[in-house]
Amino acid sequence: MRNTIPEAGPLFVRDRAMQPPAYTPWYKTSVLRAPTRALLSLEGTRSEITGPVFGHNMLHELDNDLIHNYAKPGESAIGPRILVHGRVLDESNRPLPGVLVEFWQANAGGRYRHKKDTYLAAIDPNFGGVGRAITDDDGYYWFKTVQPGPYPWPNGVNDWRPAHIHFSIFGKSFAQRLITQMYFEGDPLIWRCPIVQTIPDKAAIERLVAPLDMNATLPMDMRAYKFDIVLRGRRSTMFENRREGN
Amino acid sequence: MVQPLGYLKESPSQTAGPYVHIGLTPNFVGIHGIYAEDLGVGALVNEKTRGERIVIRGRVIDGSGTPLKDALVEIWQADAAGLYNSPLETRGKADENFSGWGRSPAHFETGEFVFETVKPGRVPFQDGRLMAPHVTLWIVARGINIGLHTRMYFSDEADANAEDPVLARIEHKVRIPTLIGQRDGDAYQFDIHLQGERETVFFDM
Ligand SMILES: [Fe+2]
Repeated sequence: MRNTIPEAGPLFVRDRAMQPPAYTPWYKTSVLRAPTRALLSLEGTRSEITGPVFGHNMLHELDNDLIHNYAKPGESAIGPRILVHGRVLDESNRPLPGVLVEFWQANAGGRYRHKKDTYLAAIDPNFGGVGRAITDDDGYYWFKTVQPGPYPWPNGVNDWRPAHIHFSIFGKSFAQRLITQMYFEGDPLIWRCPIVQTIPDKAAIERLVAPLDMNATLPMDMRAYKFDIVLRGRRSTMFENRREGN
Repeated sequence: MVQPLGYLKESPSQTAGPYVHIGLTPNFVGIHGIYAEDLGVGALVNEKTRGERIVIRGRVIDGSGTPLKDALVEIWQADAAGLYNSPLETRGKADENFSGWGRSPAHFETGEFVFETVKPGRVPFQDGRLMAPHVTLWIVARGINIGLHTRMYFSDEADANAEDPVLARIEHKVRIPTLIGQRDGDAYQFDIHLQGERETVFFDM
């Protein structure tokens, strides 16, 4: 066993074959927003290996309850009640405790509470669509919400987003910072979605599809979906005491 | 067959989409009452923070020259002594009045992001050489499929910039100015160009 805390090393090299490229013309907004030059590869320095931490004391008790955190007293958001839960891990399969997970979503009709969203579906006066959690000692997080609806969006003339929840995750290192989306098992819109299809690898897409988790369901209350998130792994520096030239 | 190595793969990124501000700065888009305040928005400094007060402002600009009005930018930086406020900082204890992390939504009309912070100290590279003072930035928005990492260096640190080991890795020296914030009073202007002749250098760290 180690009796000292090993100094954190650089992150594993990001596998870009599993990540969406910047330029994906079938997702039209990417065309003018995609950098065109090669990224500058650099093994992470302290500036990227370090990262901010957030304490559990910043959370309010309703932060992970989207059914109630914007609802009037005694009321609740409309829609299928679900529990979303899972762990944040790194590529070495280690749980990451104490990481901030933020999430946002449309309401059950597929409408966001945002002045730019003009979709016909109704606003739910009791649903704000945002929440957050910090993982526990086992890297575990959970929140309660209503299942979001799919919605149409201007890209092709008839493009629909599958039902999804947006996630923002902090790791321990700023270079682990990640934003992604969670989809729901069995949604036929997943494989028709231009944004999903920015990911070049089918197995990678499947890692964003949360299965129904009957074991975690709350009987007579809410179904559960399990969504694990994996952040880049990090080398320890135990074997990295070589000086340049050795 | 051999034993499986057992590594997992990083979850794929997806765009932050047009409504990223609902999730990360809900008060900014009028969703009040869930969080008392938006995390990381506003000054990174308080009256006890050590160091020179500065402001960093800029815009994220697309290939047509239009500033993005739906972007979100985060910064991460060392304190005035060059220490990070992170459990992974092993060289000493950073200023407890400075988190080093901030978040700014692009302004609805101008697209401008703003950070009120301190000028960071110098941080060593892996081989011990000092890097020039810099701030790390991370940019997400609709149409950006995976968050973009870059750095801002400081125009009034020409000597340090000239010996910076990261800037030295940039093969096309003509691109180095894309990483230099230009001082104007106590503010630094740092526009991030996603495309075009002045395309910012982005990093794969
Ligand atoms: Fe969405």
